[in-house]
Amino acid sequence: MSFLAAIGRTTLALLSTIGAVVLFAAEALARGLSGRLYWRQIARQMLEMGYFSLPVVGLTAVFTGMVLALQSYTGFSRFEAQSAIPTIVVLSMTRELGPVLAGLMVAGRVGAAIAAELGTMRVTEQIDALTTLATDPFRYLVFPRLLAGTLMLPLLVVVADVIGVMGGWLVSVYKLGFGPIEYINRTFEFLETQDVVSGLVKAAVFGFLLTLMGCYHGYRSKGGAQGVGAATTRAVVSASILILIANYFVTELFFAR
Amino acid sequence: MTETGPVPDPSDRPPTAPPAAAAVKIAIRGLHKRFGPKRVLEGLDLDVPEGRSLVVIGGSGTGKSVLIKSVLGIVTPDAGSIRVDGTELVGASRATLDAARRKFGMLFQGAALFDSLPVWENVAFGLLARRLVDRKTARERAIATLARVGLGPEAADLYPAELSGGMQKRVGLARAIAAEPEILFFDEPTTGLDPIMADVINELIRGLVRELGATALSITHDMASVRKIADRVAMLYGGKIIWEGPVERLDDSGDPYVDQFVHGRAVGPIEVGVERIG
Repeated sequence: MSFLAAIGRTTLALLSTIGAVVLFAAEALARGLSGRLYWRQIARQMLEMGYFSLPVVGLTAVFTGMVLALQSYTGFSRFEAQSAIPTIVVLSMTRELGPVLAGLMVAGRVGAAIAAELGTMRVTEQIDALTTLATDPFRYLVFPRLLAGTLMLPLLVVVADVIGVMGGWLVSVYKLGFGPIEYINRTFEFLETQDVVSGLVKAAVFGFLLTLMGCYHGYRSKGGAQGVGAATTRAVVSASILILIANYFVTELFFAR
Repeated sequence: MTETGPVPDPSDRPPTAPPAAAAVKIAIRGLHKRFGPKRVLEGLDLDVPEGRSLVVIGGSGTGKSVLIKSVLGIVTPDAGSIRVDGTELVGASRATLDAARRKFGMLFQGAALFDSLPVWENVAFGLLARRLVDRKTARERAIATLARVGLGPEAADLYPAELSGGMQKRVGLARAIAAEPEILFFDEPTTGLDPIMADVINELIRGLVRELGATALSITHDMASVRKIADRVAMLYGGKIIWEGPVERLDDSGDPYVDQFVHGRAVGPIEVGVERIG
């Protein structure tokens, strides 16, 4: 019986967490969109999440593009289909790996930072202080982060797509004997608008989810340094899992069309 | 960095005005709050007279912070009534609460300065948040307010992490008074300070509350602080106010609980055990 009780408890806890997260997100959006916008905060968060994430996302993308070229060569050369490599690289990058890897990297970088910052503000009463200074913490802290994440991740993914293709080009041209112009031409030959757009939609969804997880866990953290540490861990783990789950559903959404 | 504060002469304490003359600024009735199984406030009644400084004393974990945060609208009470200038705050709309908060200034225990903002933006935060002034004027107002708590203009561009504990408290004090509030709240204003710095902060609080003509509600367990900043004292125990009176009566209150607390005795009617705090 205790086994069943454990399953029940876990299920209830999961459901109540989902409910709390949805309410948190709804409140942040409702209050953020209805009242004053803090442009200075929004700009600051966009710079922090977008510009300062470029090195991490760029490095990830270039090596992913390079490895994609090598791996697909290994497979496709077995049936004389090496010419498909540019298409494989660009489709994998734009549709899948660009958004997912950028999302996961930014979740580690930005999601953790948000959780730690808001968590520290919570336990040092800075969030209470905001309230007493007639400033809504949802408008001032949470909404600018959600907005910045949702807007900046697609931009990061555009950069990741380009750099990833460049990685594949480097390996294909210098190691696998492709012609440089031929590779570029083949890259665009089968690329459709929808390939890029679906990746950018994913990026926006991931950006929203990872900042939401950072804000939610940070905002609700308690119990000093240990609580902030736990909030940070939860933010990164839950953001990563949600990104992978959402990835499937957004893919299916575009697949059906 | 200079820390030369305006230290008012302690002997210029105003003669105690007749308490009956003052109107009630904050009226609290039947306040209840529990966290899970732990009952923190159980029907607390308290009046804070206008223009006076009332200090609530009580042991750690007795709900002093919950009391002050309920008035500020940060903690939602389970039952009861809190009226500020006659306006009910329990269950009030966000707009009503925001309107009430415009009258408030709060000094948090750990100062709670925004560490992403320089000192002057911390001080001017309330002014900027309410769009009372533009940034240039806000900076000038912040520097003027810093002077009132004994900090020079060179402190304005520092960040909170660069300040000592005493200076952080001063900046927190400046932030609390920047918008000239009608009601000031002080949460353990001297905690974590050495006795001399604690006295400096106490003097500043007394001087500023008087200058502003503000009503003050403070909580502390530092008896030196109580004697310095209080006009009236209330003792919180068992979720209720068990004694309330002028500060001069503190030593002959006739209440064994107050006596034990004021003299810091381990033995007495107050049982000290291991408790969870809410």
